[in-house]
Amino acid sequence: MWRACVTTSQGYADQRPGALPGNDADELLWEAIAEPSRRRVLDLIIAHGEATPTMLAAELPFTRQAVAKHLAVLTRAGLVEGHKQGREVRYSVIADRLDAASQAMAHVAAQWDVRLQAIKRLAEAQAAVARPESQDRR
Amino acid sequence: MIPDMVEREILIEAPMQTVWSVVTEPDQISNWFSDTAEIDVRPGGGGVLSFTDRATNQHATVRLLVETVEPPHKFAFRWDYPEGEKARDGNSLRVEFKLEAEGANTRLRVTESGFTRLERSADEKAAYFDGHSKGWDAHVASLRDYVSGLR
Repeated sequence: MWRACVTTSQGYADQRPGALPGNDADELLWEAIAEPSRRRVLDLIIAHGEATPTMLAAELPFTRQAVAKHLAVLTRAGLVEGHKQGREVRYSVIADRLDAASQAMAHVAAQWDVRLQAIKRLAEAQAAVARPESQDRR
Repeated sequence: MIPDMVEREILIEAPMQTVWSVVTEPDQISNWFSDTAEIDVRPGGGGVLSFTDRATNQHATVRLLVETVEPPHKFAFRWDYPEGEKARDGNSLRVEFKLEAEGANTRLRVTESGFTRLERSADEKAAYFDGHSKGWDAHVASLRDYVSGLR
């Protein structure tokens, strides 16, 4: 089962025929979203649609340098892009890249849906056996 | 926007005690989750789930650590942590089941959290999600077999 892939570096996953080679783009993506304060920067850009470093620094408890650093990582990961406008750079989100991350989470959610459905069937079958009269009411 | 947690729920037409048994008894866990399950169901208890990939016939095991057992309301465990390490925030995912009575029925909620805090290499994370989406098809297929077997 897929879970096996997570027990990496202890053998199984490394021998997995379909194992992904080290992918620089994915590495940058995960690095970018793994850091909580960077996610706050990203969330704020999403909320505003577009934001300048000045706007972000005003709304977050980070220095301008810290904001600039986060923006650099997010840009390298392809999550945001900057457009120069006058003396400021305005940053906006690149939707495709963000979808890759949220899609991965959607898979996790879908898998739990399948498990919950299985739990439901098992529990309801057992409840029906315990109360045979309940079937008459259906 | 990028969640650390997934949360799903379902309404089950069965009393809480029945749902609790299905969710927490190792013999039953092997009917909805893994192929085999050995779990010491008490806080701090360990467990091993085994999975056989139906497509490749490869066998794998995943360890888990039970955190919370409050019958018939709450069951939580951590899983997917590296061999030789203790399960904790940052190296594992936390799964929590919550049961709530709704009349004669039961509302079952599950959360899995810790995705963005995992201290794993990007390669491992990529493999995780890659494996996840592949395993998804196999999982649906096995559920279909299971459901048609009931009829």
